[in-house]
Amino acid sequence: MQEKDNTRRKVLIGLTSAVGLSGVPFVATPFIAAWNPSARAKAAGASVKIDVSKMQYGQQIQVAWRKQPVFVIRQTKESLAGLEQTLSKLSDPNSEAIDEPYRGLNATRSKSSEYSVIAGVCTHLGCSPKYHPEVEPKPWDASWSGGFFCPCHGSMFDMVGRVFKGVPAPTNLPVPPHFFDGSILTIGEDGGVA
Amino acid sequence: MNGVVGKMFGWFNSRLPIANTFERHLSKHPVPSKVNFWYLFGALASVVLIIQIISGIWLIMPYSNTEEQAFSSIEYIMRDVDYGWVIRYMHTTGASMFFAVVYLHMFRGLLYGSYQKPKELVWVFGCAIYLAMMAEGFLGYVLPYGQMSYWGAQVIISLFGAIPYIGESLELWVRGDYYISGITVSRFFALHVVALPLVLIALVFLHLIALHEVGAGNPEGVDIEEHLDEDGVPLDSVPFFPYKVLNALVGIGVFMTVFAIIMFFFPEGGGYFIEMANFEKANPLVTPEHIAPVWYYSPYYAMLRAVPDKLGGLIVMGSAVAILFVVPWLDNSKAASIRYKGVYSKVALALFGISFLTLGYLGTVGVTEVRKTMSIICTFIYFAFFILMPVYTKFEKTKKVPERL
Repeated sequence: MQEKDNTRRKVLIGLTSAVGLSGVPFVATPFIAAWNPSARAKAAGASVKIDVSKMQYGQQIQVAWRKQPVFVIRQTKESLAGLEQTLSKLSDPNSEAIDEPYRGLNATRSKSSEYSVIAGVCTHLGCSPKYHPEVEPKPWDASWSGGFFCPCHGSMFDMVGRVFKGVPAPTNLPVPPHFFDGSILTIGEDGGVA
Repeated sequence: MNGVVGKMFGWFNSRLPIANTFERHLSKHPVPSKVNFWYLFGALASVVLIIQIISGIWLIMPYSNTEEQAFSSIEYIMRDVDYGWVIRYMHTTGASMFFAVVYLHMFRGLLYGSYQKPKELVWVFGCAIYLAMMAEGFLGYVLPYGQMSYWGAQVIISLFGAIPYIGESLELWVRGDYYISGITVSRFFALHVVALPLVLIALVFLHLIALHEVGAGNPEGVDIEEHLDEDGVPLDSVPFFPYKVLNALVGIGVFMTVFAIIMFFFPEGGGYFIEMANFEKANPLVTPEHIAPVWYYSPYYAMLRAVPDKLGGLIVMGSAVAILFVVPWLDNSKAASIRYKGVYSKVALALFGISFLTLGYLGTVGVTEVRKTMSIICTFIYFAFFILMPVYTKFEKTKKVPERL
């Protein structure tokens, strides 16, 4: 009996399979893409406007943008001055690890010298940190000088949302795009002028 | 069998292997003649699976998978649907009981070496079932869209965000929105009621087929296939029917009693089976003061919290489940059963059991310094049990395993 040469058959099977497999990404595309945010979800996630002129000094309000909390804080002079004293506790005081939109503009990290605008979602696992502006010993930190404490896993942030060292949250709370038009704050849009 | 019925049966049987399959997998299937109560939990798990499927189908009927309606449709089931409360509590109690029997079933595996050659695949399919159950349980917990549904899902989906580079877009893709919205709920619903049950049933089928191929184990760790009678049936075995069936019925009776007591009298399990925060509608702006998972995830949650790094926490938690899959290749012991293993294995298994239970407790309570230290110690013990297994099972002195059961 003559040995059968299977090379030709193997090449053909290989080629056919390769052509067949190249269809997989095409078939997979609609199934994967259907999980992206829909046009309606994107439209609902557009910007929100709020008048911040009535806020007291030291007051924090929550604004819902994309149904997620955004913290707006009207900082007191004392708390802004106090930021310097806690610098050594911070793991990333200059927000180098994240995309900081308004770096070096103001101590508040926002476009305003008085108001901080911070995404109120813990960068650890998405809980909403609580506002504790008091300068007093706390169960989680004996030398607490005001800031945010996440009740879920104990992450700590300073008054402008910068993360402490040695806590589970990896990065500072991000600053969402925003701009001020007089006392009207728009969150979700940059306004074009930095 | 005579007459019309006999003829009809014959007609089917010559076209479909009914009698053969029935004898091979049920009536005449040989099982070890001496086992103890630890060998009941597999049967109990299949009973709970059936309960979950039936109660689940009935829950789909009145449930509504939209952001506006999900929470109120649960209230509707509880108050307005006749016996709706029984069906829902059957499903929630079933979820907890499913994990309870599966945890005991898995511990039995570790206790009596039910993963050793040639039962490696039975164990691996079992681990896959456990993984699918964890996903199934999580998806189901989101459906009522209560506070704990929302924030639990927020925590779990944020875990994807720890994956470098693609994390954040992956989070958005899983949610399909900027927050956990009706879109997320309805896709989780589809996965919970169609996709994962199909996967689970397929895995259970593979688990059982693989088990029937290699034969069930016993607490002595004796290989009963070594001594066969002239028909090739193990001498130390009894047929599945009636011995195993009647035996299991007693266990099922006890189990159903416990199930019914919980379902009728303690369906919330003191906040461990259904958490109190989940009786409030989801509010994306307010995090509950204390977020804890239901009890069956809490050991892993404690591990997650023990690691002060997001990606590290995810890796530890994932490895804790992944390491279960390779146990058959970690155990170097000549003996399967703990009865014949050496003192190292006994101490290791005891420490492992204690640390797993401790982690389970720690995952349900708030974080303090002492508890965090304890979580770290217990996490180390959990991993040491597996990682050191090749060493301590190799160098310990085992007792001689008997020939016969």
